Amino acid sequence: MSEVTVTLETAKTLGLNEEEFELIQKYMGRIPNFTELSIYSVMWSEHASYKNSITWLKTLPREGGCLLTGAGDENAGLVDIGNNLACAFKIESHNHPCAVEPYQGAATGVGGINRDIFTMGARPIAQLNSLRFGDIKNPRTQWLLKGVVKGIGDYGNSFGVPVLGGEVFFDNSFTTNPLVNAMSVGIMEKGKMISAIAKGKGNPVYIVGSSTGKDGIHGATFASADITEDSADDIPSIQVGDPFQEKLLLEASLELMDTGAVVGMQDMGAAGIICSTSEMSEKGNSGMIIDLSKVPLRQQNMEAWEILLSESQERMLVVVEKGKEKIVEKVFDKWDLNCKQIGEVIDEDMLYFHYKGKLVAQVKASTLVLGGGAPVYEREYIAPQYFNEIKTVNPNDIEEPENLKDVADFIIQHPNIASKKWVYEQYDTMVRTNNITTNKPSDAGVINVKGTNTALAVTTDCNSRYVKANPEIGAMIAVAEAARNVACTGARPLAITNCLNFGSPYNPEAYWQFVMAIKGMGAACRKFDTPVTGGNVSFYNQTTINNITGPVFPTPTIGMLGIIEDKSLHTGLCFCKKGDLIFHIGKVRNDINSSEYLYSYHGIKNSPPPYFDLDEAYNLNNLLLQLSGANLIRSLHDVSDGGLYVTLVESAIPKNLGFDITTAAEVRKDVFLFGEAQNRVIASVSPDKEQDFIDMMIENDFPFSLLGHVTKGEIRIDDISFGFIRDIKEKYETALEKCLE
Amino acid sequence: MKFGVIVFPGSNCDHDMIYSLGEILRQEVVPLWHKEVDLKSCDIIALPGGFSYGDYLRSGSIARFSPIMDEVINFANKGGFVFGVCNGFQILCEAGLLPGALLHNVNQKFICKNQYIKPEHTDTAMSLLAKSDEPLKIPIAHGEGRYFATKEVLSEMITNGQIVWRYCDADGSLTEASNPNGSIMNIAGVCNKNKNVFGMMPHPERATDPELGNTDGKVILESIIKSFN
Repeated sequence: MSEVTVTLETAKTLGLNEEEFELIQKYMGRIPNFTELSIYSVMWSEHASYKNSITWLKTLPREGGCLLTGAGDENAGLVDIGNNLACAFKIESHNHPCAVEPYQGAATGVGGINRDIFTMGARPIAQLNSLRFGDIKNPRTQWLLKGVVKGIGDYGNSFGVPVLGGEVFFDNSFTTNPLVNAMSVGIMEKGKMISAIAKGKGNPVYIVGSSTGKDGIHGATFASADITEDSADDIPSIQVGDPFQEKLLLEASLELMDTGAVVGMQDMGAAGIICSTSEMSEKGNSGMIIDLSKVPLRQQNMEAWEILLSESQERMLVVVEKGKEKIVEKVFDKWDLNCKQIGEVIDEDMLYFHYKGKLVAQVKASTLVLGGGAPVYEREYIAPQYFNEIKTVNPNDIEEPENLKDVADFIIQHPNIASKKWVYEQYDTMVRTNNITTNKPSDAGVINVKGTNTALAVTTDCNSRYVKANPEIGAMIAVAEAARNVACTGARPLAITNCLNFGSPYNPEAYWQFVMAIKGMGAACRKFDTPVTGGNVSFYNQTTINNITGPVFPTPTIGMLGIIEDKSLHTGLCFCKKGDLIFHIGKVRNDINSSEYLYSYHGIKNSPPPYFDLDEAYNLNNLLLQLSGANLIRSLHDVSDGGLYVTLVESAIPKNLGFDITTAAEVRKDVFLFGEAQNRVIASVSPDKEQDFIDMMIENDFPFSLLGHVTKGEIRIDDISFGFIRDIKEKYETALEKCLE
Repeated sequence: MKFGVIVFPGSNCDHDMIYSLGEILRQEVVPLWHKEVDLKSCDIIALPGGFSYGDYLRSGSIARFSPIMDEVINFANKGGFVFGVCNGFQILCEAGLLPGALLHNVNQKFICKNQYIKPEHTDTAMSLLAKSDEPLKIPIAHGEGRYFATKEVLSEMITNGQIVWRYCDADGSLTEASNPNGSIMNIAGVCNKNKNVFGMMPHPERATDPELGNTDGKVILESIIKSFN
């Protein structure tokens, strides 16, 4: 191997700064060789080290009764769900790969997050996807969207995990930098978790799964740099997915768990072999001797550093209990997977890598990782100019459109509001026969836990526009909306995972958005008692429009898990019967701030987030759980994007019913129908439960009002017909398709 | 009566089939690993959905060469009852046990949704309990489900009564709009001439659990059980 002479310049080329280069020399007591420098460069990249975010992440609530692992301690968070079962769940971004190669970027995102779940020993039972793109009319956006959706579908459909929910949102700020966040949820027997740990001197270390190639080298570094016009030149940094290999790995891993022969296991995601060897070693206060010559390769002429850094997909590192090698090898043989011993555990804080008979790198495991020697930074932040200029919009200053029926048509066909059927019909939503929401749609995906009385509710939520308008309140709203969606199904919120998509941490204004969002998220999670179990941070998301580069809308996506202990109490979102009463739970407010109506119809881009109050949101959630627990409502549906009108239409569509309502006198009709003030829910109630429902509302002293009733199919508002549900459904369900085909 | 469910490495509906037959319909059911060569004296062999060997080539084209498929083919040729769902249907066509082929959906996209189907004949082992005026709501989930057969083959199938299921709308009309994938004649499921080998793209096993709110698929799986009793 021709060794490059390492200088500060070399370090800078690899994305390290001067200070970091000096720190490496201090740790090593000498100048690192190129292989060692490469190791530090990926392990200290933002993606692997969280160096610019960890200080703030530590301020989030990360403990709670239901948690079985600490945040960030294992591949994913683990929560007790009763019946001797545990639920592993996590959300992760794959934004940067998707910006240049949407199909493989999205596919490997799905692969990576599922591997995190089953490496712990849990079988993935649900998948969610939170997606953000630029203007849908832009051909590049269409290419990105189609590629991402196909990538998610092809990988997940083959792997065999149903998609239970997600989001798709369009805004110019995501034009060159889409956000692709994938969440996976798995269940396992409690107490059977396989830890991501290496310990026990002499225990053999195996690499299993796919062979190693040159794909994805420096992927973690790539994900830690700004997306630019030249990013397409980095295509070799993108990994290629193989869902069939992943399926084999899944089954083999779960069989492995039952053998009791495994000490620890970690998936190889970002930064490949070096990441799993160092993180597992550090966790077990041990080290490893690895012979890279033994790694099965798919390409000739690979250098040691390339093998160490390769991000080839569908691979895992397994530490086996000495003497039980045959048991493990037999399982992988059954599934026709590579299973190669490449080294062993040592009781010294060192990683020794040999290649072709030579020692090519020796580094202290603990100096590489987060919580060990990886640098931690506190960055400057400052409120951006735009934030100081935002002023509340008084609805009376906006001209009320003459024909609200036209506005209603506009809103339900807007890509952000219209049905995402074009997207989700490309995903298998029913494999594993546990999706209760196929035939009973509800505000969150609901998963049947077979053989128990329990169901789980899962959702991803974040309105990026609200977060841009006010990151602290916007992030609170994201948590509260997730909690409300979960509660509308009858589930009690348990915990969250988060995917924090922001601009560059070196941009003080973008970093301010990050800091404020963390503050808001922390406050809301404490209020709802939903600890953060883990997730990921994706910085450097930015878009260039008309030669001006700026961060994307800050998007702290919340993935929430809730539990319905008695699944017979699962509540759907749809109107069920003509004549049922429709109630508005919450206070009607004179507020159109940051609504789709204000933003897209009136073109007013800067306004604060809509009305929100955290205590009120919490009280509403408790009330919703009481209502579904007492079986007093037929449906619950949260008022969110698009406002009350959209909520009603969405409740009416599944069973082709209509509604007849009267608007409230205290606000203008357009504000009533399209305002997005938070903490409101639409309930339908059968007439024989009306009195009990009213009694419970009064007992809880929560504002509510009767809007009207469910009809056979016509939509009437203040005695004016807005059309028939079949026509509106057609418009709502085909709007996205019409934009794309 | 004993069901055997073939498990290819990339099968992903094997658990669902076993759960449906075993837990919901209370039948004896065993998994049969693709590397085995013994059908374990099962009376009925089911090929479940999934992506058998990854299906990067044509769906089912490699699976038909797996060790257990020789046994399945022998079993079928001796009159044994075999049915395939989705990928299982594709494999049975590739293996030559069923006529025709399954092409990419006409819109070139994977499609997953509830879909109505109705029986063309109610005298087969898989449609015994179905009624021609009562469409069944059965989930579909496939990228290659467009049934195709040549004119000659098709007319022979019609004569022999081998077309078993067709896509329709909620009212039972066989419209173009209710054909999700462009299948010829809205065909969703067929059988062989001897009527002991069946294949269908829709997933009856996904519509048997009352907890999921749709049990239309029971009509199909219970037909098989009834035909054996």
